[in-house]
Amino acid sequence: MAKYLLLKHYRGAPAAVNDVPMDQWEPDEVSAHLQYMRDFATRLEGTGEFVDSQALSPDGTFVRYDGEGRPPVTDGPFAETKDLIAGWMVIDVETYERALELAGELSAAPGAGGKPIHEWLEVRPFYGEQSTATG
Amino acid sequence: MNESLPRELVPAVIGVLVRRGADFAAAEDAVQDALVEAVRGWPDDPPRDPKGWLVTVAWRKYLDAIRADTSRRRREERVEAEPAPGPGEARDDTLRLYFLCAHPSLTPASAVALTLRAVGGLTTRQIAQAYLVPEPTMAQRISRAKRTVSGVRFDQPGDVATVLRVLYLVFNEGYSGDVDLSAEAIRLTRQLATVTDHEEVAGLLALLLRHHARRPARTGRDGRLVPLAEQDRSLWDTHLISEGVDLLQAALARDRLGEFQAQAAIAALHADAPRVEETDWVQIVEWYDELVRLTDSPVARLNRAVAVGEADGPRAGLAALSGLDPALPRHAAVAAYLHERDGDPQTAARLYAQAARSAPNLPERDHLTRQAARLNAELRAERGPSRGPARRAE
Repeated sequence: MAKYLLLKHYRGAPAAVNDVPMDQWEPDEVSAHLQYMRDFATRLEGTGEFVDSQALSPDGTFVRYDGEGRPPVTDGPFAETKDLIAGWMVIDVETYERALELAGELSAAPGAGGKPIHEWLEVRPFYGEQSTATG
Repeated sequence: MNESLPRELVPAVIGVLVRRGADFAAAEDAVQDALVEAVRGWPDDPPRDPKGWLVTVAWRKYLDAIRADTSRRRREERVEAEPAPGPGEARDDTLRLYFLCAHPSLTPASAVALTLRAVGGLTTRQIAQAYLVPEPTMAQRISRAKRTVSGVRFDQPGDVATVLRVLYLVFNEGYSGDVDLSAEAIRLTRQLATVTDHEEVAGLLALLLRHHARRPARTGRDGRLVPLAEQDRSLWDTHLISEGVDLLQAALARDRLGEFQAQAAIAALHADAPRVEETDWVQIVEWYDELVRLTDSPVARLNRAVAVGEADGPRAGLAALSGLDPALPRHAAVAAYLHERDGDPQTAARLYAQAARSAPNLPERDHLTRQAARLNAELRAERGPSRGPARRAE
């Protein structure tokens, strides 16, 4: 089994096909979308492939060290062009193909007009544990 | 067997060990070990005297632990000579344990963790699960908290207000994992009420019971948040509500008002209304005035603005809101609500979308997004059948 991060962006990913802000959907379309996401996670728990899922608030700040005895410097929030993570799901699956398949299903979550969003999700493999057989 | 019974005995048993001379940290560890044996063995073989059983086993665990540490030999000899406490002392011990675990030198998170373990008798694993952190992290938090209070005298009196704040924090965490922290906070507040006679303890208990009574109505099918005005009031637990009424009336009769009594009174006025239209908003505003006077809290002022909006109209509500910092949590949501009531759906929709972006949790975010979507859909319908330029992605 190998772990993959399915990363969802507020900004920074290529535009989705059905790209309409959620507050412009019909209220029922919002509910249908949330239900799809819940059902997806429940199904992956059932198949033994679900690890974790978290969502992030959009209010991010960049922080860096600014030298001894000085408070850290902060910057942001940034303008539209910057990358902004919305949340992620971690899955543990047999193959890379399975990770792509699941990301594709997640990207098919319904949006405005009840049609799939076709949202771009980033699939990132985790580094595995060092194998005891080869180490 | 009553499954919570061994946990209920934990504070009193820790008290016995401390009175016999054990330091708090070692006594607490020993009682946790005894508790693990109780949970395993009692269902098949319940003891006739559960507290005596726990004291005996915990004391043996404690002695085993200090025997393993020869440098503590002398203390062991001293403590074995200590007499057993009398029956009246268990009550005081329990209260002292609450004070110790909520000691002002502890951070709120440490006080919560220590209270759940030493007063509530939960395991570190259960507490870690409830707060969604790894077990070793929670174990460290608890042992650091024990070190922090190690110099505090066990019999030192404390301030009940600090204990109440800790219990309120526990309650607000709700439930995740297999521990229902709201129910646990109520149990611990009930237990506190039996060992101390304080009107704010009764006030907090009344408040928690009211909130808990509404819990079945607060979450709709598919897990969505149902706001107070839309809740099915027949789902409210009338038994818990009437228990809260009695507690609050007895507390208020003592004429020493505090913030939890005031909050419980506000919750009571909501609970008294069989339909949301029958809510006595004028009285609720008066209680918020009391709460603002008692706490000077900006959150109380924000909630007061909502109540003013209901009692005197949305314009009055917006006026009450105008002096408050827009960075306050839920400020945008309150402003959105009042603007919608004031007949300005454009502003309301914009503010609901803004509120969704700064929501503190997902159910609230989703609820606020739906509110924005509802208003935007109504605005589109007014403009005509075409989905129009508002549909363009931003």
